[in-house]
Amino acid sequence: MSILTKSRIKSPWLLHYDCGGCNGCDIEVLAALTPIYDIERFGIVNIGNPKHADVLLVTGPVNHRNKRVLRNLYEQMPEPKLVIAVGTCACTGGIFYNCPNTLGGIDKIIPVDVYIPGCAVRPEAIIDAVVIALGKLKEYKG
Amino acid sequence: MSTGWLVGSVVIAVIVAPLIGGLLRGIDRKLTAHMQGRIGPPIIQNFYDLIKLFGKKPMVAGKPQLVFAWGYLFLIITAVVFFALRQDLLVVLFILGFAGVCLVLGALSVKSPYSQLGGHRELLQMLAYEPILLLAVIPIALKTGGFPITNIFEYGQPLLPNLWLTFIALVIVLDIVMKKSPFDISSSEHAHQEIVRGVLTEYSGPYLAIIELAHWYELVLLLAILGLFWIVGSLWWLSILTPLAIWFILLITDNICTRLTWSWMVKFAWGVGISLIALNILVVNLGWM
Repeated sequence: MSILTKSRIKSPWLLHYDCGGCNGCDIEVLAALTPIYDIERFGIVNIGNPKHADVLLVTGPVNHRNKRVLRNLYEQMPEPKLVIAVGTCACTGGIFYNCPNTLGGIDKIIPVDVYIPGCAVRPEAIIDAVVIALGKLKEYKG
Repeated sequence: MSTGWLVGSVVIAVIVAPLIGGLLRGIDRKLTAHMQGRIGPPIIQNFYDLIKLFGKKPMVAGKPQLVFAWGYLFLIITAVVFFALRQDLLVVLFILGFAGVCLVLGALSVKSPYSQLGGHRELLQMLAYEPILLLAVIPIALKTGGFPITNIFEYGQPLLPNLWLTFIALVIVLDIVMKKSPFDISSSEHAHQEIVRGVLTEYSGPYLAIIELAHWYELVLLLAILGLFWIVGSLWWLSILTPLAIWFILLITDNICTRLTWSWMVKFAWGVGISLIALNILVVNLGWM
């Protein structure tokens, strides 16, 4: 493994965006930053800026209002970038399934690398998903 | 000093300074995590971050950003080289000031409101610390008979017993330049706060890495300037320990303070900093110290 790949795996900076979920998964995302889980141990930093971010965590089903914002955030992130759909809503639409105002899953708008089901997801599952997503960086050629 | 010795000291300064700076930033994150009851990242975490940023696809919001990011790094390296060559201290500080202007212009060259706000706040930070930094050279020059750093080495005795008031003023400057609480006004330490890292918002990938690298050089240079106060005499090892102790105290204040307003910062820096230096110049002139 080259030193660049190792650095990429050791330093994922997260951007977190809520596309209209109930806020349950968002609270679990923030729980992963507390002293109990302390994800900064693995170099993971919660960063509020798409231009600095490597991993995009999205919660909630996308709706017609915020699909533009989601795509914009994704496009502002420099390569290599990873997308994780956090929670059942972000994966398939969840309890909003078939609602006319939602699109039912963020993969209708942007490519997704890892899906985490759960309502709400557990912080352990989020950490696990980030680790699985980072495994994909080993094959990244850029 | 021979030519070989000079070249050697420049090479060591340019290569070793970022290594020390990166390690200090890593230890900073580790200590902060421990103070918050967390384990924290490994101390070489910042090197991983830097290499990762250099490996990202370059994206710029406009060409001026590129010029100012490189300008910032090169001017700070120039200041480090001048320092290693024991040139004029005043020139070193002017080059540092120009580097700061590059950071501001880079931030103001983009339309993002966060970047603009960060740029304006960075100007206010410079307004607060630049006068102290430049005035602090005067008592040193009065004691050693000139601005060159060589004079400090030739002076024959440590400066701190006579110039401790100036030293305290420089500690305030260091805290503002390090952008630590209560002075983290222009670029919040954490990117999820209200100005989204302010001056750094619009930089991404390699250009963010360039600015981070420049910050490491700047940190080491300022700690080295604090070290000048002990450099001569049998207690020369204190010139390494004192800046590190000061840096540790600033980390503790960073963890126990909240961010304060820019108007408080300017009042505090000018009120305390300039008074301390004025008092120091007075007592040195009167021959009491």
